[in-house]
Amino acid sequence: MAETIQLEVTRYSPERDAKPTLERFEVPMRPEWVILDALNYIKDKVDGSLTFRWSCRMGVCGSCGMMVNGEPKLTCATFLHKYEGKAVRVEPLRYFPVVRDLVTEISDFMRKLKRAKPWLIRRTEKALAEGEYLQTPEQLDTYKQFSMCINCTLCYAACPVYGLDAEFIGPAALALAQRYNLDSRDQGAEERMLALAHPDGVWGCTFVGECTSVCPKHVDPAGAIQQYKLKAAMHWVKSLLKPGT
Amino acid sequence: MNPESPNPLPHYTEYHPRWYRRPVSTYWWLGSWPYVRFILRELSSLAVAYFVGLTLMQIYGLSQGAQAYAELQEWLRQPAVLGLNSLAFLFAVFHTYTWFNAAPKAMAVRMGGKRVPEWAVAAPHYAAWMAASAFVLWFLLRR
Repeated sequence: MAETIQLEVTRYSPERDAKPTLERFEVPMRPEWVILDALNYIKDKVDGSLTFRWSCRMGVCGSCGMMVNGEPKLTCATFLHKYEGKAVRVEPLRYFPVVRDLVTEISDFMRKLKRAKPWLIRRTEKALAEGEYLQTPEQLDTYKQFSMCINCTLCYAACPVYGLDAEFIGPAALALAQRYNLDSRDQGAEERMLALAHPDGVWGCTFVGECTSVCPKHVDPAGAIQQYKLKAAMHWVKSLLKPGT
Repeated sequence: MNPESPNPLPHYTEYHPRWYRRPVSTYWWLGSWPYVRFILRELSSLAVAYFVGLTLMQIYGLSQGAQAYAELQEWLRQPAVLGLNSLAFLFAVFHTYTWFNAAPKAMAVRMGGKRVPEWAVAAPHYAAWMAASAFVLWFLLRR
Protein backbone atom coordinates (compact mmCIF):
# COMPACT_ATOMS: atom_id res chain seq x y z
CA MET A 1 0.00 0.00 0.00
CA ALA A 2 1.29 3.46 -0.96
CA GLU A 3 2.19 5.75 1.94
CA THR A 4 0.22 8.73 0.69
CA ILE A 5 -2.64 9.53 -1.66
CA GLN A 6 -3.51 12.70 -3.58
CA LEU A 7 -6.82 14.40 -2.85
CA GLU A 8 -8.22 17.06 -5.20
CA VAL A 9 -10.68 19.05 -3.17
CA THR A 10 -13.09 21.77 -4.32
CA ARG A 11 -12.31 25.15 -2.80
CA TYR A 12 -14.74 28.02 -3.01
CA SER A 13 -14.85 31.16 -0.96
CA PRO A 14 -17.85 33.36 -1.75
CA GLU A 15 -15.91 36.47 -0.63
CA ARG A 16 -12.97 35.75 -2.90
CA ASP A 17 -13.81 33.43 -5.79
CA ALA A 18 -16.07 33.87 -8.79
CA LYS A 19 -16.25 30.09 -9.13
CA PRO A 20 -14.86 27.00 -7.42
CA THR A 21 -11.36 25.68 -8.07
CA LEU A 22 -9.60 22.45 -7.15
CA GLU A 23 -6.81 22.27 -4.60
CA ARG A 24 -4.51 19.26 -4.33
CA PHE A 25 -3.51 17.79 -0.97
CA GLU A 26 -1.32 14.84 -0.10
CA VAL A 27 -2.64 12.80 2.81
CA PRO A 28 -1.41 9.61 4.51
CA MET A 29 -2.90 6.43 3.11
CA ARG A 30 -4.19 4.37 6.02
CA PRO A 31 -6.22 1.20 5.47
CA GLU A 32 -8.79 2.14 8.10
CA TRP A 33 -9.33 5.69 6.80
CA VAL A 34 -12.40 6.83 4.95
CA ILE A 35 -12.54 9.97 2.76
CA LEU A 36 -13.91 11.92 5.72
CA ASP A 37 -10.81 11.00 7.78
CA ALA A 38 -8.63 12.38 4.98
CA LEU A 39 -10.64 15.63 4.93
CA ASN A 40 -10.33 15.92 8.70
CA TYR A 41 -6.57 15.32 8.39
CA ILE A 42 -6.36 18.23 5.92
CA LYS A 43 -8.41 20.45 8.22
CA ASP A 44 -6.36 19.53 11.32
CA LYS A 45 -2.86 19.47 9.84
CA VAL A 46 -2.75 21.32 6.51
CA ASP A 47 -5.45 23.94 6.05
CA GLY A 48 -7.90 24.72 8.82
CA SER A 49 -10.07 26.78 6.50
CA LEU A 50 -11.30 23.73 4.55
CA THR A 51 -15.04 23.65 5.12
CA PHE A 52 -17.29 20.58 5.00
CA ARG A 53 -20.22 19.10 6.86
CA TRP A 54 -20.06 16.00 8.97
CA SER A 55 -21.44 14.72 12.21
CA CYS A 56 -21.98 11.09 13.17
CA ARG A 57 -19.15 9.44 11.19
CA MET A 58 -21.19 6.24 10.98
CA GLY A 59 -23.60 6.57 8.03
CA VAL A 60 -26.59 7.67 10.09
CA CYS A 61 -26.76 11.47 10.09
CA GLY A 62 -26.49 11.96 6.31
CA SER A 63 -24.36 15.12 6.61
CA CYS A 64 -21.15 14.14 4.85
CA GLY A 65 -22.46 13.42 1.35
CA MET A 66 -20.07 14.60 -1.38
CA MET A 67 -19.10 13.72 -4.93
CA VAL A 68 -16.15 11.33 -4.86
CA ASN A 69 -14.63 10.91 -8.31
CA GLY A 70 -17.97 12.00 -9.79
CA GLU A 71 -20.17 9.69 -7.71
CA PRO A 72 -22.39 10.78 -4.81
CA LYS A 73 -21.04 9.09 -1.66
CA LEU A 74 -21.24 9.33 2.09
CA THR A 75 -17.59 10.18 2.77
CA CYS A 76 -17.75 8.46 6.17
CA ALA A 77 -18.58 5.19 4.43
CA THR A 78 -16.14 5.38 1.50
CA PHE A 79 -12.71 3.91 2.14
CA LEU A 80 -9.64 5.72 0.90
CA HIS A 81 -7.87 2.50 -0.16
CA LYS A 82 -10.61 1.89 -2.75
CA TYR A 83 -8.96 4.67 -4.76
CA GLU A 84 -5.37 3.53 -4.31
CA GLY A 85 -3.18 4.34 -7.30
CA LYS A 86 -5.27 7.24 -8.51
CA ALA A 87 -6.13 10.75 -7.37
CA VAL A 88 -9.36 11.18 -5.47
CA ARG A 89 -11.49 14.14 -6.45
CA VAL A 90 -13.82 15.34 -3.71
CA GLU A 91 -16.47 17.87 -4.75
CA PRO A 92 -19.67 19.23 -3.24
CA LEU A 93 -22.88 17.35 -4.04
CA ARG A 94 -23.95 18.01 -7.62
CA TYR A 95 -27.02 20.14 -8.48
CA PHE A 96 -27.04 22.03 -5.15
CA PRO A 97 -25.66 25.56 -4.82
CA VAL A 98 -22.27 25.68 -3.07
CA VAL A 99 -21.89 28.09 -0.18
CA ARG A 100 -18.26 27.29 0.70
CA ASP A 101 -15.77 24.58 -0.30
CA LEU A 102 -17.72 21.32 0.08
CA VAL A 103 -20.81 22.73 1.78
CA THR A 104 -24.03 22.84 -0.21
CA GLU A 105 -27.22 24.75 0.42
CA ILE A 106 -30.12 22.31 0.77
CA SER A 107 -33.06 24.61 1.61
CA ASP A 108 -34.66 23.64 -1.70
CA PHE A 109 -34.72 20.00 -0.59
CA MET A 110 -36.12 20.93 2.82
CA ARG A 111 -38.94 22.94 1.21
CA LYS A 112 -39.78 20.09 -1.15
CA LEU A 113 -39.66 17.53 1.63
CA LYS A 114 -42.30 19.54 3.49
CA ARG A 115 -44.54 19.52 0.41
CA ALA A 116 -44.53 15.70 0.49
CA LYS A 117 -45.93 15.83 4.08
CA PRO A 118 -43.67 13.13 5.50
CA TRP A 119 -45.50 12.66 8.76
CA LEU A 120 -48.47 10.63 9.99
CA ILE A 121 -51.75 12.28 9.05
CA ARG A 122 -54.91 11.15 10.85
CA ARG A 123 -58.40 12.19 9.87
CA THR A 124 -59.77 10.56 12.99
CA GLU A 125 -57.79 10.30 16.20
CA LYS A 126 -58.29 7.45 18.63
CA ALA A 127 -58.92 8.36 22.24
CA LEU A 128 -55.80 7.99 24.40
CA ALA A 129 -57.59 5.42 26.53
CA GLU A 130 -57.90 3.15 23.48
CA GLY A 131 -54.15 2.75 23.41
CA GLU A 132 -51.57 2.92 20.67
CA TYR A 133 -52.03 2.27 16.96
CA LEU A 134 -50.87 -1.30 16.64
CA GLN A 135 -49.14 -2.63 13.57
CA THR A 136 -48.31 -6.16 12.46
CA PRO A 137 -44.79 -7.06 11.23
CA GLU A 138 -46.27 -7.42 7.71
CA GLN A 139 -47.73 -3.90 7.87
CA LEU A 140 -44.36 -2.59 9.03
CA ASP A 141 -42.61 -4.46 6.23
CA THR A 142 -44.62 -2.67 3.51
CA TYR A 143 -42.95 0.70 4.23
CA LYS A 144 -39.86 -0.12 6.32
CA GLN A 145 -37.43 0.10 3.41
CA PHE A 146 -38.57 3.65 2.61
CA SER A 147 -38.34 4.68 6.26
CA MET A 148 -34.55 4.11 6.23
CA CYS A 149 -33.95 7.43 4.42
CA ILE A 150 -31.46 9.68 6.25
CA ASN A 151 -32.04 12.76 4.05
CA CYS A 152 -28.43 12.70 2.86
CA THR A 153 -29.56 14.01 -0.59
CA LEU A 154 -27.16 11.72 -2.49
CA CYS A 155 -30.17 10.71 -4.60
CA TYR A 156 -30.69 14.35 -5.62
CA ALA A 157 -27.05 14.57 -6.72
CA ALA A 158 -27.59 11.42 -8.82
CA CYS A 159 -30.83 12.63 -10.40
CA PRO A 160 -30.38 14.53 -13.67
CA VAL A 161 -34.09 15.39 -13.67
CA TYR A 162 -33.53 17.39 -10.48
CA GLY A 163 -30.47 19.02 -12.04
CA LEU A 164 -32.35 20.02 -15.18
CA ASP A 165 -35.76 20.82 -13.70
CA ALA A 166 -35.59 22.95 -10.57
CA GLU A 167 -39.28 22.33 -9.83
CA PHE A 168 -38.99 18.53 -9.60
CA ILE A 169 -39.73 17.48 -6.02
CA GLY A 170 -37.01 14.82 -6.12
CA PRO A 171 -36.38 11.20 -5.12
CA ALA A 172 -36.05 11.32 -1.32
CA ALA A 173 -39.17 13.48 -0.81
CA LEU A 174 -41.19 11.12 -3.00
CA ALA A 175 -39.82 8.01 -1.25
CA LEU A 176 -40.66 9.50 2.14
CA ALA A 177 -44.18 10.42 0.99
CA GLN A 178 -44.63 6.82 -0.08
CA ARG A 179 -43.24 5.67 3.29
CA TYR A 180 -46.21 7.41 5.00
CA ASN A 181 -48.73 6.48 2.30
CA LEU A 182 -47.97 2.81 2.94
CA ASP A 183 -48.11 3.11 6.72
CA SER A 184 -51.26 1.42 8.07
CA ARG A 185 -51.61 4.19 10.70
CA ASP A 186 -51.65 6.97 8.11
CA GLN A 187 -54.75 8.50 6.50
CA GLY A 188 -53.05 11.24 4.47
CA ALA A 189 -52.65 9.62 1.03
CA GLU A 190 -55.33 11.86 -0.50
CA GLU A 191 -53.71 15.01 0.91
CA ARG A 192 -50.31 14.02 -0.49
CA MET A 193 -51.71 13.14 -3.90
CA LEU A 194 -51.90 16.81 -4.89
CA ALA A 195 -48.12 17.20 -4.61
CA LEU A 196 -47.20 13.69 -5.73
CA ALA A 197 -49.44 12.98 -8.76
CA HIS A 198 -48.20 16.14 -10.44
CA PRO A 199 -45.81 16.99 -13.31
CA ASP A 200 -43.33 18.19 -10.66
CA GLY A 201 -44.03 15.07 -8.60
CA VAL A 202 -43.81 11.45 -9.73
CA TRP A 203 -44.65 12.32 -13.35
CA GLY A 204 -41.48 14.41 -13.54
CA CYS A 205 -39.40 11.27 -12.95
CA THR A 206 -38.05 9.64 -16.13
CA PHE A 207 -36.79 6.62 -14.19
CA VAL A 208 -33.07 7.08 -14.61
CA GLY A 209 -32.79 4.82 -11.55
CA GLU A 210 -29.50 6.21 -10.23
CA CYS A 211 -31.19 7.49 -7.05
CA THR A 212 -31.60 3.85 -6.03
CA SER A 213 -28.06 2.88 -7.10
CA VAL A 214 -26.38 5.56 -4.96
CA CYS A 215 -28.62 5.31 -1.88
CA PRO A 216 -26.40 4.29 1.06
CA LYS A 217 -29.42 2.96 2.99
CA HIS A 218 -30.95 0.88 0.14
CA VAL A 219 -34.16 2.90 0.21
CA ASP A 220 -34.99 2.46 -3.51
CA PRO A 221 -36.59 5.85 -4.25
CA ALA A 222 -36.93 4.86 -7.94
CA GLY A 223 -39.09 1.91 -6.88
CA ALA A 224 -41.22 4.11 -4.60
CA ILE A 225 -41.81 6.56 -7.45
CA GLN A 226 -42.73 3.90 -10.02
CA GLN A 227 -45.10 2.25 -7.52
CA TYR A 228 -46.75 5.58 -6.91
CA LYS A 229 -47.06 6.20 -10.66
CA LEU A 230 -48.97 2.92 -10.92
CA LYS A 231 -51.18 3.88 -7.97
CA ALA A 232 -51.86 7.38 -9.38
CA ALA A 233 -52.71 5.91 -12.81
CA MET A 234 -55.10 3.38 -11.22
CA HIS A 235 -56.69 6.20 -9.21
CA TRP A 236 -57.20 8.17 -12.43
CA VAL A 237 -58.76 5.17 -14.21
CA LYS A 238 -61.07 4.57 -11.23
CA SER A 239 -62.12 8.22 -11.23
CA LEU A 240 -63.03 7.88 -14.93
CA LEU A 241 -65.06 4.73 -14.32
CA LYS A 242 -66.67 5.95 -11.12
CA PRO A 243 -66.73 9.78 -11.15
CA GLY A 244 -66.84 11.37 -7.74
CA THR A 245 -64.77 8.70 -5.98
CA MET B 1 -22.93 43.98 -8.88
CA ASN B 2 -21.61 47.14 -7.27
CA PRO B 3 -20.09 49.30 -10.06
CA GLU B 4 -17.96 51.26 -7.55
CA SER B 5 -16.29 48.20 -6.16
CA PRO B 6 -12.94 47.14 -7.68
CA ASN B 7 -13.95 43.57 -6.87
CA PRO B 8 -16.28 42.33 -9.63
CA LEU B 9 -18.16 40.09 -7.21
CA PRO B 10 -21.70 40.92 -6.12
CA HIS B 11 -22.20 41.86 -2.50
CA TYR B 12 -23.91 39.63 0.01
CA THR B 13 -27.64 39.60 0.13
CA GLU B 14 -28.72 39.97 3.71
CA TYR B 15 -29.80 36.68 5.36
CA HIS B 16 -28.80 34.83 2.24
CA PRO B 17 -25.32 33.49 1.50
CA ARG B 18 -23.83 34.14 -1.88
CA TRP B 19 -23.50 30.82 -3.58
CA TYR B 20 -22.20 29.21 -6.70
CA ARG B 21 -24.54 27.16 -8.84
CA ARG B 22 -22.71 24.91 -11.26
CA PRO B 23 -24.37 24.95 -14.69
CA VAL B 24 -25.58 21.59 -16.02
CA SER B 25 -23.95 20.71 -19.33
CA THR B 26 -26.01 19.48 -22.28
CA TYR B 27 -23.66 16.49 -22.26
CA TRP B 28 -24.19 15.66 -18.57
CA TRP B 29 -24.90 12.06 -19.53
CA LEU B 30 -21.57 11.38 -21.21
CA GLY B 31 -18.82 9.83 -19.15
CA SER B 32 -20.98 7.63 -16.93
CA TRP B 33 -22.36 4.32 -18.23
CA PRO B 34 -25.65 4.36 -16.20
CA TYR B 35 -26.53 7.76 -17.70
CA VAL B 36 -25.50 6.72 -21.23
CA ARG B 37 -27.66 3.60 -20.79
CA PHE B 38 -30.57 5.81 -19.71
CA ILE B 39 -30.23 8.01 -22.81
CA LEU B 40 -30.01 4.90 -25.04
CA ARG B 41 -33.14 3.54 -23.35
CA GLU B 42 -34.99 6.79 -24.00
CA LEU B 43 -33.78 6.79 -27.64
CA SER B 44 -34.92 3.17 -28.03
CA SER B 45 -38.54 4.33 -27.88
CA LEU B 46 -37.90 5.86 -31.34
CA ALA B 47 -37.15 2.33 -32.60
CA VAL B 48 -40.48 1.12 -31.18
CA ALA B 49 -42.28 4.04 -32.89
CA TYR B 50 -40.39 3.23 -36.12
CA PHE B 51 -41.65 -0.37 -36.10
CA VAL B 52 -45.21 0.81 -35.48
CA GLY B 53 -44.85 3.11 -38.51
CA LEU B 54 -43.35 0.28 -40.58
CA THR B 55 -46.22 -2.08 -39.68
CA LEU B 56 -48.78 0.59 -40.62
CA MET B 57 -46.89 1.10 -43.90
CA GLN B 58 -47.08 -2.64 -44.63
CA ILE B 59 -50.81 -2.74 -43.86
CA TYR B 60 -51.29 0.23 -46.17
CA GLY B 61 -49.20 -1.54 -48.84
CA LEU B 62 -51.41 -4.62 -48.51
CA SER B 63 -54.54 -2.53 -48.94
CA GLN B 64 -53.13 -1.15 -52.22
CA GLY B 65 -53.02 -4.56 -53.90
CA ALA B 66 -50.49 -7.28 -54.69
CA GLN B 67 -48.33 -5.16 -56.98
CA ALA B 68 -47.91 -2.33 -54.46
CA TYR B 69 -47.15 -4.81 -51.68
CA ALA B 70 -44.53 -6.59 -53.82
CA GLU B 71 -42.87 -3.22 -54.51
CA LEU B 72 -42.85 -2.47 -50.81
CA GLN B 73 -41.30 -5.88 -50.09
CA GLU B 74 -38.65 -5.16 -52.71
CA TRP B 75 -37.89 -1.80 -51.06
CA LEU B 76 -37.61 -3.51 -47.67
CA ARG B 77 -34.98 -5.90 -49.07
CA GLN B 78 -32.52 -3.07 -49.79
CA PRO B 79 -29.30 -3.38 -47.73
CA ALA B 80 -29.72 0.11 -46.24
CA VAL B 81 -33.28 -0.67 -45.06
CA LEU B 82 -32.17 -4.07 -43.75
CA GLY B 83 -29.34 -2.34 -41.85
CA LEU B 84 -31.70 0.26 -40.40
CA ASN B 85 -34.19 -2.45 -39.40
CA SER B 86 -31.46 -4.52 -37.74
CA LEU B 87 -30.33 -1.50 -35.71
CA ALA B 88 -33.94 -0.65 -34.83
CA PHE B 89 -34.50 -4.29 -33.84
CA LEU B 90 -31.53 -4.21 -31.44
CA PHE B 91 -32.89 -1.01 -29.89
CA ALA B 92 -36.39 -2.52 -29.65
CA VAL B 93 -34.96 -5.59 -27.84
CA PHE B 94 -33.05 -3.27 -25.50
CA HIS B 95 -36.25 -1.30 -24.91
CA THR B 96 -38.16 -4.47 -24.04
CA TYR B 97 -35.40 -5.66 -21.73
CA THR B 98 -35.33 -2.36 -19.82
CA TRP B 99 -39.14 -2.26 -19.70
CA PHE B 100 -39.41 -5.74 -18.22
CA ASN B 101 -36.67 -4.97 -15.71
CA ALA B 102 -38.60 -1.84 -14.68
CA ALA B 103 -41.81 -3.82 -14.09
CA PRO B 104 -40.78 -5.31 -10.70
CA LYS B 105 -39.87 -1.82 -9.47
CA ALA B 106 -43.37 -0.54 -10.21
CA MET B 107 -45.19 -3.67 -9.04
CA ALA B 108 -44.60 -4.36 -5.37
CA VAL B 109 -46.38 -7.72 -5.32
CA ARG B 110 -46.87 -9.17 -1.84
CA MET B 111 -47.68 -12.81 -1.10
CA GLY B 112 -47.89 -14.48 2.29
CA GLY B 113 -47.01 -11.21 4.02
CA LYS B 114 -43.73 -10.84 2.10
CA ARG B 115 -42.74 -9.01 -1.03
CA VAL B 116 -42.29 -11.29 -4.03
CA PRO B 117 -38.65 -11.06 -5.24
CA GLU B 118 -38.02 -8.90 -8.31
CA TRP B 119 -36.97 -11.83 -10.51
CA ALA B 120 -40.29 -13.58 -9.84
CA VAL B 121 -42.19 -10.52 -11.13
CA ALA B 122 -39.92 -10.11 -14.16
CA ALA B 123 -39.90 -13.83 -15.11
CA PRO B 124 -43.55 -14.05 -16.31
CA HIS B 125 -42.94 -11.00 -18.51
CA TYR B 126 -39.94 -12.66 -20.14
CA ALA B 127 -41.85 -15.95 -20.46
CA ALA B 128 -44.75 -14.16 -22.21
CA TRP B 129 -42.25 -12.40 -24.50
CA MET B 130 -40.58 -15.69 -25.43
CA ALA B 131 -43.96 -17.38 -26.02
CA ALA B 132 -45.16 -14.52 -28.25
CA SER B 133 -41.85 -14.52 -30.17
CA ALA B 134 -42.03 -18.32 -30.61
CA PHE B 135 -45.58 -18.01 -31.93
CA VAL B 136 -44.57 -15.29 -34.42
CA LEU B 137 -41.60 -17.39 -35.57
CA TRP B 138 -43.84 -20.45 -36.02
CA PHE B 139 -46.37 -18.34 -37.92
CA LEU B 140 -43.73 -16.92 -40.27
CA LEU B 141 -41.82 -20.13 -40.89
CA ARG B 142 -44.73 -22.61 -41.19
CA ARG B 143 -45.29 -24.18 -44.60
